[in-house]
This record gives sequence, C-alpha cells and structure tokens, in this order.
Amino acid sequence: MLPPYADLLGLSIDPEDEDGCRLIMPFGDGVVGRPGFLHGGAISGLLEMAAIVALRQALEGEGGGRIKPINVTVDFMRGGREKPTYGSGIVTRLGKRVANVEAAAWQDDRATPIAAARLNYLVIRE
Amino acid sequence: MSTAASFVFDPERFMRNGAGGHGARLGLSYHAHGPDWVELALPYDPAMVGDPESGVIASGPILSMMDMATSLAVWLKLGDFRSHATLDLRVDYLRPARPGRTVIGHGQCYRITRAIAFVRGQAHDGDPDDPLAHVAGTFMAPEGYS
Repeated sequence: MLPPYADLLGLSIDPEDEDGCRLIMPFGDGVVGRPGFLHGGAISGLLEMAAIVALRQALEGEGGGRIKPINVTVDFMRGGREKPTYGSGIVTRLGKRVANVEAAAWQDDRATPIAAARLNYLVIRE
Repeated sequence: MSTAASFVFDPERFMRNGAGGHGARLGLSYHAHGPDWVELALPYDPAMVGDPESGVIASGPILSMMDMATSLAVWLKLGDFRSHATLDLRVDYLRPARPGRTVIGHGQCYRITRAIAFVRGQAHDGDPDDPLAHVAGTFMAPEGYS
C-alpha cells in the first residue's frame, strides 16, 4: 500500500486509528536534521504520504484513479523533537480532475501541530 | 587580528562534515555554489520511489533537498552560519523526475531582513532550462540575522 519512500522514512499506518489513514513516523537517524530535531524534509515527506493515503482512500470510494502532485505548501510551526510523529490527511475537495488535500503532523497533541501542508493533485480517473 | 572577519561559510565542507541524518539517508551531496546560491545533488535511489509503477521518485526527497539548498544559500549570502528554521516552503512540481537520473537542486537567497530570509530555487535532472520543480520559501532566525 505504501511506496518505497514511505519505508525510507520508517512510516507505518497507525493500527490504533479507526479510519486507517493516520501514519506514524518513529524518530531515528534517517529523519534527523539538526541534532535533536526532525528534518523539515522528513516532516514534509510524512505530510505528503499522509495526503496520498487520504486521497487514495477517497478515490477508491469513487472507482479509483491515478494521482500526480501539482504542488505543496508546507508551514513549519514547531521543531520536531525526539519522539514519534503522527501524520493525517483530509481531502477537502475531490473534483473530476483536481483534488485539494490538507495534512497535519503532530507529536504530543493533535491540537498543537508541528507542521501543516496544503497539497493539490491532478486526478486521472480510470 | 580577527578570525571572525575572515570566516567564510563553506557549503562543501558543511555538507561533508555536518550533514548526517536525513540528508545522508537521501545521499545528498554538494554540487556547486556562488555568492548567494548553492546546488546540491540527489542521486537516484529505488528506495525513494513514490510511484512503483513508473519508478518516479517521490516529491518528498526533492522538497528535502530544496529545503537544504535554500538554507545553505542563506548562510552563503550572510557569509556566516546562523541558527534558523524553515517557516514555509512551497514546491511546484513541473514534471516528474526521470527514473535513473540524478536531480540537481539550485537554491538561492534573494533577500535577508532582520528576522526573515527569502529564498527561491529550481530542480532539474540534467538540463537547467528544463526544470522539474520550482520552490519559494522563507526562513526565520529566532535571534535575528543582523
């Protein structure tokens, strides 16, 4: 289900999430930026994967299709510390050709995200 | 004689010595630099693939590279290292990267104010006139740039 890049980041689907959409990224050498903090690129990778999981799930409910990234805007709110990070995406609009998705990443509390992203995808319906 | 005045930020040395972690996991390396820009290289690796059907790498590694290239560009324009954090980064994916090709990321810092540095850049996989991504973003220095 998840692509090789998700394995590189150490991502897995959170078994405690009822919707099966929430991802977990454990802290580790491969995702460190400056010492003691997550790399912004690794956080962005988690956000993009969370967005794709949410979008694929929404598309499956409508007969499936392929997606291509158009763009992503990431806001970094807090430094990511040495602990697991959660990522979750929400499809705000699934159109015929374009999907708008929002994703958030957090550690202790979902109400205090460490980063958030808005992502646009081209949708090619099957 | 002041040693601080003769200090010149060296991105090549920084990438060789100081950039382990996520950058090392992606295989990021120094490529070139100028007075306010840095180029990094991201070699193709099947472990970075985002779409197994096409073999195209995910967009995340390109964003990681552009985040680092633009961050280094700020320190080059400043002529000094300064603790700072990415405030936001936008990436437009103009076309997929070609499977097997090394991606080059060109990051430039075009303005630094007291607290904020403004950056932009492009990524290509061989021909700079045929970019695959375009980025714009900002960095913030908690203790200021000046």
